Amino acid sequence: MAEKVAFELISPERVLASVEADMVVVPGAEGDFGVLPLHAPLVSLLRPGVIRVYEGDRVTSRTFVGSGFAVVDERGLTVLAEEAEPLEQIDLERARRRLRELEEDLEDAKTDEERQRLERLVAVARARVEAAERPDI
Amino acid sequence: MPSLKDIRNRINAVRQTRKITSAMKLVAGAKLRRAQEQALAARPFARAMGEMLGNLAAGVRDLPEAPKLLSGTGEEKRQLLVVVTADRGLCGAFNSQIARAARRWIHEQRAQGREVALYCVGRKGRDMLRREFGDCIVEAKIGVTGKRRIEFADAEAIAADLIGRFERGEFDVCTLLFNTFRSVMRQEVTFRRLIPVEAPERKEEESGEPRPVWEFEPEPGVILNELLPRNLAVQIYGALLENAAGEHGARMTAMDAATRNAGEMIEKLTLYYNRTRQAVITKEIIEIVSGAEALR
Repeated sequence: MAEKVAFELISPERVLASVEADMVVVPGAEGDFGVLPLHAPLVSLLRPGVIRVYEGDRVTSRTFVGSGFAVVDERGLTVLAEEAEPLEQIDLERARRRLRELEEDLEDAKTDEERQRLERLVAVARARVEAAERPDI
Repeated sequence: MPSLKDIRNRINAVRQTRKITSAMKLVAGAKLRRAQEQALAARPFARAMGEMLGNLAAGVRDLPEAPKLLSGTGEEKRQLLVVVTADRGLCGAFNSQIARAARRWIHEQRAQGREVALYCVGRKGRDMLRREFGDCIVEAKIGVTGKRRIEFADAEAIAADLIGRFERGEFDVCTLLFNTFRSVMRQEVTFRRLIPVEAPERKEEESGEPRPVWEFEPEPGVILNELLPRNLAVQIYGALLENAAGEHGARMTAMDAATRNAGEMIEKLTLYYNRTRQAVITKEIIEIVSGAEALR
């Protein structure tokens, strides 16, 4: 079990994480998937959720991502994420408040474009609250 | 001949100018470091995104249902140029070299019978192009490139605006014009086509190795629809950061030169001042002596 997965988490602003792990679980658009060493090449959309990095059976880090893409190739796993945040840094109260505000904005939305944009934001905010409510999953 | 007082005033004025230019140089230096770090930190994302786009685009580009952002409208008649410059001047040729490149580009396009529209990001670009091409400017975003810290959201807003215009059929091809940061002394005028996307060359094809079989989840088309607008934002974000770093670099160099020139000028003026002062004294002595001689 010497093989490890090289995992990189990159946001537009900077590289957030670059580690070697035994397994990384990623919230794909069509369900969570785990990436082990020598995983087949894959490109996947992400849905809002939590990326978990495993060291043996233990989770060593959890990061919330709002949206983005995951690429698995021969070099390992690269996640391009916007709105990425370590789970333990999310302030639950503030996350809830933000969700409420966005939901209110959504009710007041006038145009279809506006509504679509806000619906996306609400989905992200809701996932963020849910992730922060259950930090140990 | 200027009086002694005039020269003294002149020297003081140049001293004041030198104080300002050397302060601006220090400020630009500090801002440069930050901007440079930010520009470097943003590169991995852009590179990874470009690679991914290359992988996806190769298989989809020629299909009829390929997204318009990727394949274009099939025409090249209406061109949109996004001109990225600084909001502020006093940075050497930084802004004017962009304006010059834009001007030449517009004339070339017009010579080929194409219509040109301009989308200015940064005040200086707009100011320089307004007189000649005022009726072509469709939008001028001011206050983005001058910000303390450029956020990804700024680039996203511009990208969303561009995509909206593209979908309404305002243009066929969109090109980005900006200064790439090479070094503190050097900025390079860069044109980059945004729409339709210029996919980076695939590495596998160069090396002749077989392509890996990629799995896509969901289908490539769906991923592309998400990826393309974001790629646009990433490209613009990169350009804004390069522009910011280049601006501070150019300003630092320009202000350094200005400070040195002011120093030289002060030396020359001081020499001139002393000579004039001595000339005046000599003249007065001669007047006194010749007055006394005349009385004898």
